Amino acid sequence: MYTWIWRHLPGNLSVRILQVIVLILIVCALLLFIVFPWIEPKLWFTHVTVQQ
Amino acid sequence: MTENVTRRRAPQRRSSAALTVVRGLGQTLITIGLIILLFVVYEVWVTNIFAHFKQQKVENDLVQEYAQGKDPLAQATLPGGGQQSIPVGTGIANLYIPRLGDDYHFAIVQGTDDASLDKGPGHYVNSALPGQKGDFAVAGHRVGKGEPFLNLDQLQPGDAVVVETKDTWYIYRVFGDVATKDLSVSAAGAPAGSVVTSPAPDQALAAKVVGREIVPPSDGKVILPVPNAPNVSQSQATGYLMTLTTCHPKFTADKRMIVHAYLARTVARTAGPDGKAAALPKELDRGTI
Repeated sequence: MYTWIWRHLPGNLSVRILQVIVLILIVCALLLFIVFPWIEPKLWFTHVTVQQ
Repeated sequence: MTENVTRRRAPQRRSSAALTVVRGLGQTLITIGLIILLFVVYEVWVTNIFAHFKQQKVENDLVQEYAQGKDPLAQATLPGGGQQSIPVGTGIANLYIPRLGDDYHFAIVQGTDDASLDKGPGHYVNSALPGQKGDFAVAGHRVGKGEPFLNLDQLQPGDAVVVETKDTWYIYRVFGDVATKDLSVSAAGAPAGSVVTSPAPDQALAAKVVGREIVPPSDGKVILPVPNAPNVSQSQATGYLMTLTTCHPKFTADKRMIVHAYLARTVARTAGPDGKAAALPKELDRGTI
């Protein structure tokens, strides 16, 4: 997968490295701001209340 | 010559197909590993940053209400309104625990749903309000989400848990034997030199309310008006108690850590035009009243 992405990135080496960094940041942002906040309440280990 | 080349290439092609599969599998596993690592970073660090800003907003809103002369708790006694009229997720009081640091301060929000607890320690809506008869119960996160109750296990018998409302400072003290530092006994006392004007209520002592207990999450008895006394209703309760709940052990949610405290004294609070307290109670750093 990563090889495929690398092969399909346009430009020379430095331009490609820049694109890779941007891609990684986009993925991290997606995970931190959308995926993790969405999935977290569905997990069990963050609960701190007792049943009323 | 050509025959030789094709013979050499054929097995290479087969092995490169296998290699692609193995490499793909390896990359997938490494990716999953990295995502899980990032999730851990998110849980123990990034959520604290988010929570900090949410808590800051609640704090600012609360001090602004104080500055305008409004008390969010006063809405609770409106005719017909009941306690439910306090909007869930808004600040109701400030919490100080000197044992956890001179600068330990959180605004307590109404409600114990996920969104409220993301902002700060949350008040169980059906429990008493600060200074009311019964049990003022508050839940808070242990790790991540601002982790207000990260070090709740460090509280000792007699330690002050200070709640600030618009007009009153409520000083609660943790149950337990002050002399032996035993949190597992039902006793009320205060460290030498501290001001205690109200003794711990007999009901709570009769129900054997201890300083700290570890219970399963299903054990809702710990936040009853008199903890662990199912037969005493809010109107029958004579004591003024406070209970803090969080998850236990750290990083898990197998059990709940419960800390019980009783109201030791109250002192009137006055505020300047900015809504901030004019003087702090003696239990806090630089306290004078």
